[in-house]
Amino acid sequence: MCMSALGLLGLSSWMVPSLTMAKKPEAMEAIAKIIGSSTIRDGRVNLVIPPLVESGNLVVLKLSIESPMTANDYVKSVHVISEANPSPNMFTAYFTPRSGRAQLTTRVRLADSQRVWAIAQMSDGSFFRGYADTLVTLSACTEMI
Amino acid sequence: MSKTSRTGITMPAQAKKGAIIEIRAIVQHDMETGYRYTEDGKRIPRDIIRLFTCQYNGEEVFRADFYPGIGANPLIIFTTVAVASGTLVFKWAGDDGYEAVNQAQITVP
Repeated sequence: MCMSALGLLGLSSWMVPSLTMAKKPEAMEAIAKIIGSSTIRDGRVNLVIPPLVESGNLVVLKLSIESPMTANDYVKSVHVISEANPSPNMFTAYFTPRSGRAQLTTRVRLADSQRVWAIAQMSDGSFFRGYADTLVTLSACTEMI
Repeated sequence: MSKTSRTGITMPAQAKKGAIIEIRAIVQHDMETGYRYTEDGKRIPRDIIRLFTCQYNGEEVFRADFYPGIGANPLIIFTTVAVASGTLVFKWAGDDGYEAVNQAQITVP
């Protein structure tokens, strides 16, 4: 669905030199590396980025993970992975029971229209994931200076 | 002397015990990705902040690893539980010996 929308709007990856682009398999590889031999479930992770972004240079990203955040049941970490940036890892945040809530806001770069994943590890070792799709009309990180 | 830059912290100066407070931490930094080229084709080397930590009265309560996917002048908004009066220390560390420290006081009556 995402790809056809891109085609219609003529916003495919022509702006971006393909050599520097991480492909989707690299993002999947990065996720596989995080979870190791564990399984991953959908849910609990809520990732919000604007569905349409004019400039990929500074995009507000909000993340919240459902958890009681008690000493025995909390979110340990969350890894944010890009499917289209030159490097799949965007950032990793480590929470503690003293975080109170597993939520954060930051500003990221998006090299192209893409899906962004958030992979959360709970204190019991289990993994949950969520994602957000976005359409970027002006790419980050390819401009000359 | 190692590299550093301006930082800013916004958080409440006072909170009830057990309340969840929001902290905004911003740092001035280009976050040069290492994926850009100059006009004559030379690659601009990567120069980013890699690590952010927050310690509350000496105990680490939040940490984040940054990669080039974080935008310039990294801003991070996160939460912590106000457990006691004291000092929160914020540290940023990155490429080329970059280091910055900021701190804020909180009163928990």
